[in-house]
Amino acid sequence: MLRLEARAQPSKLMSLLSPLLALVLTALLAAALFAAQGKDPARGLAIFFVEPWSNLRQVSELLLKATPLITIALGLAVCYRSDVWNIGAEGQFLLGVLAGGGVALWLTTQGIVLPRALALPLVLAGAVLGGMAWAALTALLRDRFNASEILVSLMLVYVAQQLVNYMVFGPWKDPAGFNFPQTKNFDASTWLPNLLPGTRLHIGLAIALALAALVWVFLFRLFRGYQLQVGGLAPAAARYAGFSARSSLWTALLISGALAGLAGGMEAIGSFRQITPHVSTGLGFTAIIVCFVGRLHPLGIVFAGLLLSMMVIGGELGQSRLSLPNALSGVFQGLLLVLLLACDTLIHYRIRIRSALAAAR
Amino acid sequence: MAAAPRLELVGISKQYPAVRANDQVALKVLPGEIHAVLGENGAGKSTLMKIIYGAVRPDEGQMHWDGAKVEIKNPQQARALGISMVFQHFSLFDTLSAAENVWLGLDKKLSLAEVVQRIAKVSKGYGLEVDPLRPVHSLSVGERQRVEIVRALLTDPKLLILDEPTSVLTPQAVLELFDTLRQLAAGGCSILYISHKLDEIRALCSHCTVLRGGKVTGVVDPRTQSNAELSRLMIGAEPPRLQHLKARAGEVVLAVQALSCPKLDQFGTTLESIDFEVRAGEIVGMAGVSGNGQQELMAVLSGEDRRAPSGSVRLFGQDIARQSPRRRRRAGLHFVPEERLGRGAVPQMSLARNTLLTRTEAVGAAGWMHMRGVELLAARLIERFDVRCGGTGAAARSLSGGNLQKFIVGREIDAQPKLLIVSQPTWGVDVGAAALIRGELLKLRDAGCALLVVSEELDELFEIADRLIVIARGRLSPPIARRDASVERLGEWMSGLWPQPAAGAAAAAAAAVAAEATIGARHAQA
Repeated sequence: MLRLEARAQPSKLMSLLSPLLALVLTALLAAALFAAQGKDPARGLAIFFVEPWSNLRQVSELLLKATPLITIALGLAVCYRSDVWNIGAEGQFLLGVLAGGGVALWLTTQGIVLPRALALPLVLAGAVLGGMAWAALTALLRDRFNASEILVSLMLVYVAQQLVNYMVFGPWKDPAGFNFPQTKNFDASTWLPNLLPGTRLHIGLAIALALAALVWVFLFRLFRGYQLQVGGLAPAAARYAGFSARSSLWTALLISGALAGLAGGMEAIGSFRQITPHVSTGLGFTAIIVCFVGRLHPLGIVFAGLLLSMMVIGGELGQSRLSLPNALSGVFQGLLLVLLLACDTLIHYRIRIRSALAAAR
Repeated sequence: MAAAPRLELVGISKQYPAVRANDQVALKVLPGEIHAVLGENGAGKSTLMKIIYGAVRPDEGQMHWDGAKVEIKNPQQARALGISMVFQHFSLFDTLSAAENVWLGLDKKLSLAEVVQRIAKVSKGYGLEVDPLRPVHSLSVGERQRVEIVRALLTDPKLLILDEPTSVLTPQAVLELFDTLRQLAAGGCSILYISHKLDEIRALCSHCTVLRGGKVTGVVDPRTQSNAELSRLMIGAEPPRLQHLKARAGEVVLAVQALSCPKLDQFGTTLESIDFEVRAGEIVGMAGVSGNGQQELMAVLSGEDRRAPSGSVRLFGQDIARQSPRRRRRAGLHFVPEERLGRGAVPQMSLARNTLLTRTEAVGAAGWMHMRGVELLAARLIERFDVRCGGTGAAARSLSGGNLQKFIVGREIDAQPKLLIVSQPTWGVDVGAAALIRGELLKLRDAGCALLVVSEELDELFEIADRLIVIARGRLSPPIARRDASVERLGEWMSGLWPQPAAGAAAAAAAAVAAEATIGARHAQA
């Protein structure tokens, strides 16, 4: 019989090293998986871990992909630190795509050409509101009916996906698009400005990094952020102090909905410049991993965002170079999260083995 | 030669990090004897029972069973010897029937049908009426306890341990239970009966071991002892009257009027028409056995529970019954809860950040936390209240219980409250720190603050309080000046027997009986 026994004093060093340890273990298992697939493990690892950094174009793609991951994960960190388990960032992201993209599409179809300084805030504000509205549904159901936010937010993801499908297959379908399920291309006045000439990298990255700083300030320098975290760590202490649990729930969900929505809006007008059913490849779910690998800390999330972005791109490269299945990237992401949680568990607990006989006696 | 004792404990000691729960405890129970273990909450009764039942290992000491030395490593082994325990909190599955619950705890040799038959037989034999087929959730608390006892009896115990069994029973049910226990004892089964209720022990038991602070303070025949004598063994000698400045009670600071509040769950206590006031410059001490409504009353006063009828709680004449804890704090009401970790402090956060729970001086405009101010406050508290810790950055959970208590009490005292409510100010705190905390509370009183101190330690209340009130079953006794109070008197009051006002005395007595009949309270043994 296995028993987990709490360690008196979990090692601080190991807690910090745990993501690294999980990464090394993931790489080892990845190598084994490559070998099992009959591929050269060294080459496989190189494609996943080295290739994405090999040249400017790859790095810019990596940063491009990291942008929404970091943005969403920052909001999730606020949620998780408040003990609010928003699993539906993907849905809030999609609503950001729809709302932000919707504004851009409306400007385009109406032929309104605004200066960028006006158009971009308009589009992004729409995206933020869209994400917040979707998260507010979860908050409302939890607040009014005590519904589990985990289930509600997750199920709302599927609703959001159907909503996107409906719009692009229906009302918003580009009449000149050969019946493809996609909208018109947005007018150039609504595009996010480029950050690095010759690449697709846009200023979303700068926005994400600025947001990381803001979230840090919110969490560690503002009383509101402190209140949320007290509620997350010790609900009875929050009640004793007089911090409202309801207001924490709403604040946490609205912040994370806003950031997920913003990420969606930036993807819509930054990378795609139209809405298609494929605007998200599960970024909202990958961001959960980013959030945990980043230790729910803004700085950690920036690094974890780069790491997970690398694995996503590595997966794409592996598909084209080694004809590995695309699912492999998802497998690695999952492995990383599970191994991280396992490492954390073993840092906080030790395993005691007792024979069934001794237990029975 | 007399028969060997059924159970004999010699020199049992158990040290927990903060407290020595058992210190050289000896206990001897003969076959067929009903033996009481008497002591206040925290005296070490539960630890001792857990040691006998194998749930806790003692640090030192020996155990003899029927004359042979034994070492009980776990409850399975205890059951194999013939030790059965009926716990204070029931461990039944609501959705299963009584018989299925009993079946779960037995050897799997028997079929469910056989178990049903045996339950019927045992319950008839001992007058413990139980319908084996009814689901547990449909049973009353008394019936549930019968199921627990029947479950214990089916194993043919040689020693039956009952932990505060009457806390959930009506008076009639208590008498029935006593009949059953006497019948059992007559059949040779030894019974260990844990309680702090003197009358019950006198009615039932022939021997009584009294514990105080983990030590045995006496082994007596309770039938020949007065309540006063037993109280003194249990609580300690009546404390010396301490010299402190004459109270100069000023204006009424806290006025509680006709406060009633239904319990939140089946283990809670309903507060019933509570009336009292606390004046500036006095300490009102609230005595009572834990689980009699203290927790509920504190939550209402602190603002953690805002269901109190409006107007029932007033601070300086202002109705605060529905105000949030932060509003109350701004009006000068500070509160120290009895749970330090998780309520009085966030375990994972630093001491500095923990000051922010109730002290927001360093929070500026727009909610910006000036961390320097926060650190300075924490450093000041650590110095003033002699908190031993690793600095302002130390996590609250890294402190010992006593040091964290000094920090939390200090945090609230340092806020210069106009009304300070303290729950168990010195629980688990060493003697020196307790003196420091009590001294600070007295200083605060002399500075004109109103104080309400809730404690289970009568000694402590006698030492610092100017007036005393007793809470029992969610009701409050009239106040009594400290000089008029005695341990015996308060002990009686703690079981709900205080003089009723002449008018409507009969109605109040009827209400008390009704309250007892419906009581589902957990007379918690911490």
